[in-house]
Amino acid sequence: MKKIFSIFSLILLSIVDFVAFAQTQRFPRPEFESGYTQPVTSMPEPRAGIFALVDVLLLIAALSLITWFIHKKRSRTGVVVTSLFSLVYFGFLREGCVCSVGSVQNVVLALFNPGYHIPLSALAFFVIPLVYTLFFGRTFCAGVCPLGAVQDVFLLRPVSLKKWLQKVLGLIPWIYLGLAILYAATGTDFIICRYDPFVGIFRFNATFFMFAIGAAFLLISVFIARPYCRFLCPYGVILNLVSRVSKKHLTITPASCIQCKLCENSCPLDAINKPVEVKQMEDKRSATRRFILLGMIIPALMIIGGWVVSNFHENLAMVNSKVRLANELLHFDSNTMEESLEIEGFRTSGKTNEELYLESATILKQFYYGSWMLGAFVGLVFGLSLAGLTRYKYREDYEPDKGECVSCARCLKYCPVEK
Amino acid sequence: MKKDRREFINTCFRFAAGASIVGVAGVLASKSVKGDYLWQLDPTKCTQCGRCATSCVVTPSAVKCIHVYDMCGYCDLCGGYFRPNVKNLSTGAENMLCPTGAIKRTYVEDPYFKYEIIEELCNGCGKCVKGCGAFGNGSLQLQVNHDLCVNCNECAIARDCPSDAFKRVPLEEAYQFAGFKTNKKI
Repeated sequence: MKKIFSIFSLILLSIVDFVAFAQTQRFPRPEFESGYTQPVTSMPEPRAGIFALVDVLLLIAALSLITWFIHKKRSRTGVVVTSLFSLVYFGFLREGCVCSVGSVQNVVLALFNPGYHIPLSALAFFVIPLVYTLFFGRTFCAGVCPLGAVQDVFLLRPVSLKKWLQKVLGLIPWIYLGLAILYAATGTDFIICRYDPFVGIFRFNATFFMFAIGAAFLLISVFIARPYCRFLCPYGVILNLVSRVSKKHLTITPASCIQCKLCENSCPLDAINKPVEVKQMEDKRSATRRFILLGMIIPALMIIGGWVVSNFHENLAMVNSKVRLANELLHFDSNTMEESLEIEGFRTSGKTNEELYLESATILKQFYYGSWMLGAFVGLVFGLSLAGLTRYKYREDYEPDKGECVSCARCLKYCPVEK
Repeated sequence: MKKDRREFINTCFRFAAGASIVGVAGVLASKSVKGDYLWQLDPTKCTQCGRCATSCVVTPSAVKCIHVYDMCGYCDLCGGYFRPNVKNLSTGAENMLCPTGAIKRTYVEDPYFKYEIIEELCNGCGKCVKGCGAFGNGSLQLQVNHDLCVNCNECAIARDCPSDAFKRVPLEEAYQFAGFKTNKKI
């Protein structure tokens, strides 16, 4: 029985082979007699791998240079020169890819998806600015990041925003970061790259939508300093956290502050903290009550956030092309509807509907857990920002806020103190 | 005293942050690759839906039709060049399938003709690829031209591709021609 089966399958195989062979030879290549020489199939070379290394080296060089300008030379001109360089190289020449802001997603995808191997250059673009920030503050934001640099050169008439507005808008990047991580971890999409407002400008070539949001951001940044960096950039909030514990940071004064108030309004980002006098000690009971209240409010916010977002997990998952396709197939009615390109493509792939439904069910489950985590994360951020507002911090001098300050060095020339 | 305590807490956090950065970098560096990845499409999966022409962030698209001459049959009645049910086999515009006239037909010897793609005119719509695949050898294939591709971190065409044909490929496998049609499910 086994033998018959094997012979049978052999015959079957040879027939299949023959069919395939016949198909490739539908019109066999002719034997030319006129001495015809065949042109070479064009295969334009990609950018050589060595240039990825050049990018990383230039990133390190630019970061070192700008850090030296900020910390040692204390020169705003140096910062401007470096930011023009990165604008030209990392922006217009490299056309904005890969950048540190987007590399967050590569890192997340690599962490969650064993099949994806992160290119070393993308990893370097993620890690190196973090390391510099850990030692010197956000010098990367000051002028190495092309997205920051392009907004900085447009800043002509800075207006200051109300404190509460800054705090509220400052929550957006956290939500954006959470969403970007959710979508990158599920291998759905890189939303940071998709909605990057400036990449179209760097390429002089983009869809209308990309140009429109880019132009809008540049217009806003004439008046409001770095709107993308402060109120959207998901990499910026990571750097913000790291910068708060940085070993060194830009100081407004080279020696000791004489509290002349000249720098008070110099910061376009409103990142200068004013001196705060020693307040009378709060009585112990109200302090304890506040502490307990906060201790209860943060977990409650996390649970509420998780529950709310998880209710929307199906909507969030619809960004995923597989889930979308499964949904479309489920509601497909061949009598009244015409096959979309997606369904047509799916039919030729030879997969069965059940396989697709199973796959999309797995993705949906990932989104369910992911959206609980996203909601809890957002709740945590809200709670911690609330807690931060109640915190009382004693301060003698004018100091840059280590988290918010991007070390653009504008305030330096307002300080009359000589070294 | 108070300042010292704050300083100490800061140092602790700094070391924690440093350790986590090094940790993440270490974990990922062990499974990273040296060169960049490139985007390329798998012609065996491609259904020539026409989105390559419209979805690319570069205009005209970085996806072009590439002619694999080794597979070409040099037919007079070329399924990639002529519209179906064409009346006479001439280079007249009304006979051509390509919407931009990007295919050049030249006489080689009786009865064979050579077809070349004029890259500047090709917009990657894949109409000729469909025609050649349906009636001929499938020697016309859509591929990402790497001198035009800006290698976005996330390819806009990959996102829109209905047949999941786009993937990241290593530098050494920059082009993915389908030499034989055996691996295509019929």
